[in-house]
Amino acid sequence: MARQLNQMQDWARETRITHGRVTVLAALMALVMMGLLYRYFSLQVIQNEEFRAQSDRNRIAVRTVSPTRGVIVDRSGNLLAINQPSFTLAITPERADDLGNVLTTLSDLLSLTETDIELFTQARKRRRPLSPVPLKYRLTDEELAVIAVNKHVLSGVSVLSELTRHYPEGDLLGHALGYVGRIGIDDVDESEKEAYRGISHIGKVGLEAYYEDVLKGGLGVSRLETNARGVELDVIDRIEPVPGAELTLHLDVELQRVAASAMGDMRGAVVALDPRTGGVLSAVSSPRYDPNKFVNGISFSDYAELRDSRDAPLLNRVIQGQYPPASTIKPMLGLAGLNRDVITIDTMIPDPGYYQLPGDPRRYRDWILRIRGTGHADEMSLRDSIAQSCDVFFYELANRLGIEALAESLDEFGIGSLTGIDLPSEKPGILPSSDWKRRVIGSSWYGGETLIVGIGQGYMLATPMQLAVATMALATRGTALRPTFVAAVDGTPVEPEPLLNVSAATAYWDEVFAGMVDTVSSVRGTAFGMRSGLTYSVAGKTGTAQVVGIAQDETYDEEALSEYQRNHGWFIAFAPVDNPEIVIAVLTENSGGGSSAYPVARAMLDYWMSPDE
Amino acid sequence: MSNDFARVAEVSSRELGARVRLLRLLHIDLWLAVPLLMLSVGGLFVLYSASGQSDATLNAQIRNIVVAMAVLLTTAQFRVETLRGASPYIFALATLLLVAVAFFGVGAKGAQRWLSLGFIRFQPSEVMKVAMPLALAWWLSKKALPPDLRSLAVAFAMVAVPSGLILQQPDLGTSLLVATSGLTVIYMAGIQWRYIFSMIALALVSIWPAWVFVLKDYQKQRVLTLFNPESDRLGAGWNIIQSKTAIGSGGWEGLGWTQGSQAQLDFLPEGHTDFIIAVLAEEFGFRGVLLLFLIYAVILGRGLLITWRAQSSFARMLGGALVATFFFGLVVNLGMVSGLLPVVGVPLPMLSYGGTAMVSMMIAFGMLMAISTERPVTRAMR
Repeated sequence: MARQLNQMQDWARETRITHGRVTVLAALMALVMMGLLYRYFSLQVIQNEEFRAQSDRNRIAVRTVSPTRGVIVDRSGNLLAINQPSFTLAITPERADDLGNVLTTLSDLLSLTETDIELFTQARKRRRPLSPVPLKYRLTDEELAVIAVNKHVLSGVSVLSELTRHYPEGDLLGHALGYVGRIGIDDVDESEKEAYRGISHIGKVGLEAYYEDVLKGGLGVSRLETNARGVELDVIDRIEPVPGAELTLHLDVELQRVAASAMGDMRGAVVALDPRTGGVLSAVSSPRYDPNKFVNGISFSDYAELRDSRDAPLLNRVIQGQYPPASTIKPMLGLAGLNRDVITIDTMIPDPGYYQLPGDPRRYRDWILRIRGTGHADEMSLRDSIAQSCDVFFYELANRLGIEALAESLDEFGIGSLTGIDLPSEKPGILPSSDWKRRVIGSSWYGGETLIVGIGQGYMLATPMQLAVATMALATRGTALRPTFVAAVDGTPVEPEPLLNVSAATAYWDEVFAGMVDTVSSVRGTAFGMRSGLTYSVAGKTGTAQVVGIAQDETYDEEALSEYQRNHGWFIAFAPVDNPEIVIAVLTENSGGGSSAYPVARAMLDYWMSPDE
Repeated sequence: MSNDFARVAEVSSRELGARVRLLRLLHIDLWLAVPLLMLSVGGLFVLYSASGQSDATLNAQIRNIVVAMAVLLTTAQFRVETLRGASPYIFALATLLLVAVAFFGVGAKGAQRWLSLGFIRFQPSEVMKVAMPLALAWWLSKKALPPDLRSLAVAFAMVAVPSGLILQQPDLGTSLLVATSGLTVIYMAGIQWRYIFSMIALALVSIWPAWVFVLKDYQKQRVLTLFNPESDRLGAGWNIIQSKTAIGSGGWEGLGWTQGSQAQLDFLPEGHTDFIIAVLAEEFGFRGVLLLFLIYAVILGRGLLITWRAQSSFARMLGGALVATFFFGLVVNLGMVSGLLPVVGVPLPMLSYGGTAMVSMMIAFGMLMAISTERPVTRAMR
């Protein structure tokens, strides 16, 4: 009984204890469940927008769709830069069972070089995970077949089809067109990164670089739904890419061919401009290079060969070669003399074959002295001095003008200034003056230096393009337009822009032109050899630029000089004289003189002025 | 989905009046059975979506549910006294099995948790989930409550040994659940509050040594990731970031069944198992979460009420421990998926895919039903 009572007491006590514990447990559970519920409320309702955005970022992948690059055509619609489908061998390393093995197999099948493998290894470091890494570009049909047959042993290997830039004319237009290349780290700055997503190539030099913005086109964007593994499931929306603009050049590819073949093996540069538009009809820099080599990466040895060659094939001599303009500036100086009343049309200057400044024993030689032992004639007029390229007349003229007026006059013709041609990296040349000398050389101007500048030597340097523009200013009687390659962008003509303005009396222009016509057509003209068979009128001027300084009383002996020390030859010309349609400047490096330059101009003029053109 | 739940509830309530006697006979407690059925059926919809509309997964889970329900019904038929009598043997067997696992266990994902009997593979740790509260309730009910120090010492040893065996498998989640089920029995037995608070203090103090000597690197990583998921976006932080994103993007209404992008596009890892609440939250929104919480609240409330009304101290200790263990698993899962607790592998009761956990849970609810339907007559028998 007592035991039962005891048990009853225990039972009541235990019930009390456990009931208490249940109550506390219930309170605890209620609290924790409320807390958890609030957590879900907070995530789902309060922070909903934030997480919804995060979720969208997760699932939506933005892919860029590459535009096609604008093509470049010449004035007749001949294709100069196009986009060709090409096939690229690529490997996705993650998908390859044994990368080393695959590479070995491919090396055997396609005779890959170590350079290919090295470039592949480098490219691999830069790419995103799971994306294919290019191994070999421009696969041939045979290579494609070999890959297809051996597909089963080539895990992770794929053949990508893409549009690759191609220049059908090869080296004919290398300098003018330039080339595109794979985008490098420094090619695109941070602000432009977005615009280049999905674009593999960028214009590196030439027109390709200058017109990069219009050629490249606008990126398309497609938004895709992807899963966690990046597999694309559905296209949400898509903005089509805008193709790059088509560039129509003033250039005539046939004239270019004529110019290139006339240059032959000679180093130098040729520019032909249309004085009515400023359009570049032809621009040859010799030696040439094939821009196609650069499109998918040039091998280091090929590049080193181009870069280190003494003939500097990568230099675009048309705008980057700087040479003493020599006698080609004589027509411009003659006009300046007339304009500034230091000479007249009738002024006659004695020509003993050399010139001396008053009180200075130094003799400034005329080039004719070496040949004839005397001057061109007893007295020389401006017209004859231009035709026969009389140095003595221009020593005197330079002396009368003085360096300031001389520099001012040549500045009017654009010497020493950028022409603003639509190519990158143009060089400005040098137009020396006493001010320039003090600034750059750090010494004062000597009177004798004025004479040397008067015959286009000394410190003075000009590019072939500058001389072509100066010649355009002559041909048009003072109104030169900015030289441009591009005539139209997507069919919209590019308006010519005025560049130079030289004013002079009509009689003065006529006199200078007469001298330039005589250069070609008079018996004693320096380009007399060009005369035979001309069916059109030509005004021209030769020039012979000294590469090495000839000391007082020393004579220029071509045989004794190495090839690279020989004189450069110049020839500038325009035709027809009354209503010029073409302006040409030719420079031939180390060719001895102007007589090697004018045949190039003659060939081009014959082509351009022939009736069937 | 809420409509389906409502329909099931409606039908159930009609049946309630008509067949109350039959239910009594079968030892079925409707206040537990109906919410459990709602969770199972509703859970199938979530699972179907979470598994990428996999019929195979759905069928397997239906099979799991049927088996688990059968187990529930079977367990409910036992008399509490029978359960109590079997307790020490079940516990001894479960402990032996755990030792066996340590020596002959089969590995999966770097952990040795399974025992293979040739025709069937199972996790003895799941058996221990049931055996632990039974055994402790048996032990502590042998003497008057509250237990004396000697009983307590034995009780703690009974908790520590199996928990330790499970921890070294390693399976932190189950180890915690098993330990909790044992400790709640001790709590229910009326251990003095000062002991409880001392133990909590001791636990806090031992955090540092535990961190250095006990936790494995991957476990430490999970804890660290909890505090700063962004530190390892694509590694350990991925799960937490993706599950929070899934939950948060659900909003109030949800994105719609099978429309959740996180779940359907495989951003959410383990979406059909441990992280299934994230799928529910994303596709059914906070409304769905709220409904789920309500159902769990009914189960927990009913469980506590059964415990309160239980006829014996053994039954109350057992009932309290079973409810608390269920609650603990729930909190750990809901907390880890929403980024409040470290990621430990604990499934969401009744919703996560998987048979074993569901069966052991149904055994627990079967025992609760056995307790609830026990006639007061047993009191007289004491």
